[in-house]
Amino acid sequence: MRAVGALLRKDLRAELRTGETVPAMCLFAVTTFVIFHFALDREAIDGDLASGVMWVTILFAAILGINRLFVAEREQGGFDGFLLAPVDRTAMLVAKAIALFLFLAALQVVAVPAFAVLLLEPSPFGSLHELVLVLVLGDVGLAIIGTLASALAVQTRARDLIVPIVSLPLLVPLVIAATEATSPLWAAGGAGDVPFKWLAVLGLYDLTFGLIAYAVFDFLLED
Amino acid sequence: MTYGKGLPGLAAATCLTLTTGFLLVAFYAPTDVDQGLIQKIFYLHVPLAIVTLGGFILGGILAIAYLRTGERVWDVRSYVAIHLSLVLGVAVLLTGAIWAKASWGVWWEWKEPTLVSFLIVFLLYATYQPLRFSIDDPERQSRYAAVFAITAGAFVPLNFLAVRLAEPLIHPRVFGAADSGMEGPMWLTFFVCLAGMTLLFMALWKYEMTSKNAAQQLRALRRRLADEAEARERRSAAPATTTS
Repeated sequence: MRAVGALLRKDLRAELRTGETVPAMCLFAVTTFVIFHFALDREAIDGDLASGVMWVTILFAAILGINRLFVAEREQGGFDGFLLAPVDRTAMLVAKAIALFLFLAALQVVAVPAFAVLLLEPSPFGSLHELVLVLVLGDVGLAIIGTLASALAVQTRARDLIVPIVSLPLLVPLVIAATEATSPLWAAGGAGDVPFKWLAVLGLYDLTFGLIAYAVFDFLLED
Repeated sequence: MTYGKGLPGLAAATCLTLTTGFLLVAFYAPTDVDQGLIQKIFYLHVPLAIVTLGGFILGGILAIAYLRTGERVWDVRSYVAIHLSLVLGVAVLLTGAIWAKASWGVWWEWKEPTLVSFLIVFLLYATYQPLRFSIDDPERQSRYAAVFAITAGAFVPLNFLAVRLAEPLIHPRVFGAADSGMEGPMWLTFFVCLAGMTLLFMALWKYEMTSKNAAQQLRALRRRLADEAEARERRSAAPATTTS
């Protein structure tokens, strides 16, 4: 546990001091909303379309963060230092996944209000609790898959290419469930209930991949 | 060690079973009342799809064996299973598209969860080789490929669940449904075709393993030959240098 705390503090401090990842993700998300405005040629969107646009934007912004997650460890010998320390290797997985989760949460604190101002027709703040629930469940899955994909790709020659092509197909079920859960919240005729079915799918997805990542992550850190 | 043992017998059994299966399809299985002749592509498409998905999952199981034992041969086995499934997967997508065109009038049908799930799984496994071959260190390559194979193997059923929930069902539900319209002769033909396809996968898998093993042995022999030739040269050259 202490190892997780130390790693997480290190990551957050590096991010606070350099501001490398989260600001870029936020900027990317806002720019993408502007692009969607022109590409769809719509003043405002709601329902299915709105939830799809938002989740696709979050997904692609997340890819930026996933790409960079382990780069510093590799380039500046963080892996070697970590492997020398007498701590459980799973600590790296947990710390990185929590860091990515926090990055995504910070991104959404910026991106969701920006989306509400720029494109979304029904206000998202009426059904904020439900939205936060869906976002949290979605972010947990994104963080787990992202950490796994990032660790897989960081040792390859074509890291920037491998991260999106591996993680996007893995994230398709998550996007299906998250968009289906979000769209009733933003229906044009007033917010509906979040379908429980999709929250259950999101939870199942998070749980399954959490366990798989826990089981296989050690093998990515050997030697 | 020989891997080719049993390969001729397996190949013969494959030919026999597949030929029997296709003869049954042509002359024995009744023509479907609703879909007509095109329904017969079912006997090719569905066994192929089942064998392909089975091969993907087999790749994951073999990868677990690799991580547990650390023996390279398990990694090669896992690689060959996934590699073969990818090739067969192309055939599944093509036959699926042909069937969709014939029975629904379109080449691609998004409302069809099985087709869509299969495409997503196929896209995921298509990244196996780019990932694998962009890692230089052979030992790390095996390890990372195994991690990918296990993750992707677990992804297959979850993906089918999510996509199926998302879409209304229009696929001909042949399994489990009471009104599937499958008669006894159809089932028999289907199982013969499925057995033939499974044998085909096994034969191809064994064939590729044999070829990989032979190539590896050949490389080892060449290396030994080169070493011996070098040693002989050194031995014969040694007296010459001392006398001069």
